[in-house]
Amino acid sequence: MVITLKVNGQTREVDVPADMPLLWVLRDVLQLTGTKYGCGIAQCGACTVHLDGQPIRSCITPVAAVAEADIQTIESLSTDGSHPVQQAWMELDVVQCGYCQSGQIMAATALLERNDNPTDADIDSAMNGNICRCGTYPRIRAAVKRAAEIKRGQGVA
Amino acid sequence: MSPDGTSSSLSRRHFFLGTGVVAVGTAAGIGWMPSILSGRSPSPVEFQPHAFLRISSDGTVTVLIGKSEMGQGVYTGLPMVVAEELDFDPQRIRVEFAGVDPVFNHPFLPAQFTGGSMSTNTTYQSLREVGAMARRMLMLAAAQRWQVPVDGLITDDGFVVDRQGRKLPYGALAELAADLPVPDKADVVLKDPALFRYLGKPQARLDGLAKVTGKATFGIDVIRPQMLTAVVARAPVFGASLKSVDAAEALQVPGVHSVKTVPSGVAVLAEHSWAAMKGRESLKLEWDLGEHAATSSDSLRQTWRALLKKPGLVGDDRGNAPAVWARAEQKIDVEYELPYLAHACMEPLNAVAEVRDDGCDLWLGTQNQSQDAQLVAAALGLPPTSVKVHTQFLGGGFGRRASGVSDFAVEAAYVAQGVGRPVKVLWTREDDMRGGYYRPYSLSRVRAALGKDGLPSTFHYVTASKPVLANTTLGKFAVAPNGLDPSTMEGIHDMPYAMPNLRIEIHNTNEAITNLWWRSVGHSINGFILNSAIDELAALANQDPYEYRRRLLANKPRHLGVLERVAVESNWGAPLGKGRYRGIALHESFGSIVAQVAEISVEQEQLRVERVFCAVDCGFAVNPDQVVAQMQSGIIYGLSAALYGEISIEGGAAVQGNFDSYRVLRQAEAPAIEVFILNSGAKMGGIGEPGTPPIAAAVCNALFTATGQRIRRLPINPLRA
Repeated sequence: MVITLKVNGQTREVDVPADMPLLWVLRDVLQLTGTKYGCGIAQCGACTVHLDGQPIRSCITPVAAVAEADIQTIESLSTDGSHPVQQAWMELDVVQCGYCQSGQIMAATALLERNDNPTDADIDSAMNGNICRCGTYPRIRAAVKRAAEIKRGQGVA
Repeated sequence: MSPDGTSSSLSRRHFFLGTGVVAVGTAAGIGWMPSILSGRSPSPVEFQPHAFLRISSDGTVTVLIGKSEMGQGVYTGLPMVVAEELDFDPQRIRVEFAGVDPVFNHPFLPAQFTGGSMSTNTTYQSLREVGAMARRMLMLAAAQRWQVPVDGLITDDGFVVDRQGRKLPYGALAELAADLPVPDKADVVLKDPALFRYLGKPQARLDGLAKVTGKATFGIDVIRPQMLTAVVARAPVFGASLKSVDAAEALQVPGVHSVKTVPSGVAVLAEHSWAAMKGRESLKLEWDLGEHAATSSDSLRQTWRALLKKPGLVGDDRGNAPAVWARAEQKIDVEYELPYLAHACMEPLNAVAEVRDDGCDLWLGTQNQSQDAQLVAAALGLPPTSVKVHTQFLGGGFGRRASGVSDFAVEAAYVAQGVGRPVKVLWTREDDMRGGYYRPYSLSRVRAALGKDGLPSTFHYVTASKPVLANTTLGKFAVAPNGLDPSTMEGIHDMPYAMPNLRIEIHNTNEAITNLWWRSVGHSINGFILNSAIDELAALANQDPYEYRRRLLANKPRHLGVLERVAVESNWGAPLGKGRYRGIALHESFGSIVAQVAEISVEQEQLRVERVFCAVDCGFAVNPDQVVAQMQSGIIYGLSAALYGEISIEGGAAVQGNFDSYRVLRQAEAPAIEVFILNSGAKMGGIGEPGTPPIAAAVCNALFTATGQRIRRLPINPLRA
């Protein structure tokens, strides 16, 4: 069926099965490969995107359910790394293999949208659904705090 | 610190024959500014003094790496080494994954291979030489241009500078340098390490931007024109074979292109991943489950327990361990059991293959390029040189992408053969996790005792597991004719702890479940066993486990240095808060020594690892922040295994298929980790793996302090029924 999607501010028409998860529409049809497949059952968070600002697992979200909604993927943050979360991630050299980091960054971005000064407990709760096998968790924790700092600084300026 | 002498340099042949000096990029090739004179838009001329390095007339400096980037940081570390000698800011270097070429082979193996924590220490010397040679040639080019003696020239971050202060950027000298003969190696002088500008100092990762913007291309992200995506229905039981296929329904699934039987199973090819997966669900397959369908973890345990009672292959025999143990008064006789483990890379396995009559192109994340090319060529009946490997970023490797049989590359080639379109073979998480090639299941018996001085007098290690190296291409180089596989006893036969009597006996098993090296290989098993047993002996001797280890390492100054450092940093011996306990372990692997103290809390029978202190001596830390990162990574990887990791076998198949049943550490459980680097100046060791072996023992030793119970079977918190 033909479905109209709003992805990263652009309207896109796709002709796909209604039950196809958003993840595969993004990756295979729209060729937005920054969003990753990791588990297919909402266990790892690699596929995290924003749906009307909320982080969701695109691997279990049927595409028909998100027509009309505002979908934001990692590609929407910035291409030059200037988003506060990306800046913090680079400043603290968070990434290793990097595969989970699109999802981590989208989860962190959503957290900072609703909480500009997250505590450790806030970070644990917002980021616990995102698995990293390289074990970048200590740096993610620090980078979320650093991103909050950068973001607050920008707010003041 | 003295990072010199840390590795063998490239042979002279390699040094000069890498590619020699080539100039490419313009029609006129090596002419002097031909494109500008002819009025055409100038295409850059490239000065390539060696296969590792290209300097373009447009100023671009490209370092080509034959190693794969799987998180461990070679994408930054290797270019840093070239940059230091070239005198060029590493942050401005462009990095390119090289194709398959013997010049990128491992110095000790006839293979282009990333593994064994050896990428930096085995290429360090040659990368320095390449950087220094290129710098020398650029200086010679400038000397020629300015008509001055080369001796008066210096370089400064990408420029050749003369005594009058004239400067030329490297790019402006590339074309001239490309015409020069390669200098004699004797004229290429390496920098005094005291003058290092980049090496030994933290350098931001060069793949950082690509990986925070989603632009980094992993194998799974490769999209080729007209590409199909396939998933393969593989044997449901290890050793099963296909009896019949009914694809009628699968072919009706919208988007399914075709169904094809390949040696590993039945492939469903489709226009996109979802259609391929739906199509696979609609296949009707009959399998002959074969003779292993009754295999279970319990049946393996029983068989191996019986094996441990019999004499095994003798791996080492110093003194008279059995007799000393028999006579001893204070002794232990304990069994250790470690489960199969999946690597569970975040990026599930995949490969894109485009097969033509005259060759094949492969796009994939692999640790094993040259073997992949050879085995794919053999499978397709093509000459090896006709297979081109396009290495992508690896979404984790941990050994799984160094398949001993190139399973995921060869399968993709079979699937794509005759299709006339490129095909991406995608493994779902369940395919990946149930697909075998695990860390071996290992059952061991340790008989050890105390001498009159309270120190260990004997260590008799009998172990049963399926050997790792024997089942890879390294088998023919590493395994003894009698089947003795060094990976089974690594970390035990070469233990740093003083041990007057030592006997190792090995039983090679041969179950159908396939296995492979898993981050730190035998050390991940033996580091746990050795450090657990040493702790048991310390307790038997009624001694502090740190002080006890100090006595056992009295003649090992490097080890002692690492151990003492972690003790100091963790405040070993100082009282801890209520409900908090410490454990310690030290292990040497891949030329590096790592000691860890785990600080845990136990409340209402819930174990939490609160903090880990880690000291590491890898000789010289090229990029210290990435050494820290690899210690953090190795610890968390090892913690996932220690706390939860287990592939159990029922009915000849893996029980766990995804992260719901194969639990791994998550953010809220991650301990704070502090890493301390000792730059001892000793021979440079590896860093990708050595962080993993000590952590399970450090945690279990802390648990013993907390509960008085020894954990001799991992994982600590099994999800077993």
